[in-house]
Amino acid sequence: MIDAVQNYLAGALIIIGALFTLIASIGLLRLPDLYTRMHAASKAGTVGSGLMLVALAVYSDDLAITTRAIAGIVFFLLTAPISAHLLAKAAYAAGYRMWDKSVCDEMSAGDAPGLISNERQQSM
Amino acid sequence: MTGESFLIAAQFIALALFSVSFLLTVIRVIIGPTLPDRVLALDMLVATAIGFIAIIGIRTGFTLYLDIAIALGLVGFLATVAFARFVMSRRYQKEFVEEDKKGFFEERAP
Repeated sequence: MIDAVQNYLAGALIIIGALFTLIASIGLLRLPDLYTRMHAASKAGTVGSGLMLVALAVYSDDLAITTRAIAGIVFFLLTAPISAHLLAKAAYAAGYRMWDKSVCDEMSAGDAPGLISNERQQSM
Repeated sequence: MTGESFLIAAQFIALALFSVSFLLTVIRVIIGPTLPDRVLALDMLVATAIGFIAIIGIRTGFTLYLDIAIALGLVGFLATVAFARFVMSRRYQKEFVEEDKKGFFEERAP
């Protein structure tokens, strides 16, 4: 009985995790610039690989494997935002521009936060 | 449908979906117009590979693959951090090499 529950739960988790990873890669391919692609890759991608590790933890009967899988998930959840933030800051500082239809650039020097930039206002 | 046959079917479906997403991410690595796009796609490749390793661990029953997945995640994080510093340092090279007034870095510029 408990084996059947484990199998069904692990199967459902790996299908959901694979769907999240597929959505992340479609977003990586379809979105217009680096900063929007980062949304897809760092959030949906992390959830995808994390759900696979949850499935492995559910499938395994060993407590050592389960705790290691949970430690791995915590590690991924900690490091994915750090690396994405670091890469976005580095790319912004290095001068990679946003998509020209972006409505808000809070780090631009000229405008107050939350305002639309001058070029965007003129083009509207 | 019993639990085991459902799990095997789910493994095949998940492997197919992971293969498609691996292919799409590789396409972004190839066409990705700038360097940070390629770095981001590399980070995504690491996440996809971790999912692959977890499926292989469930399929074969060798849960030792989990340690490989954790080590791969660590390597991927360090690679992304190093590439981010590299993206930053290219800006510094642009400032120092292309705008130096005294010609200090001129000999080293490509």
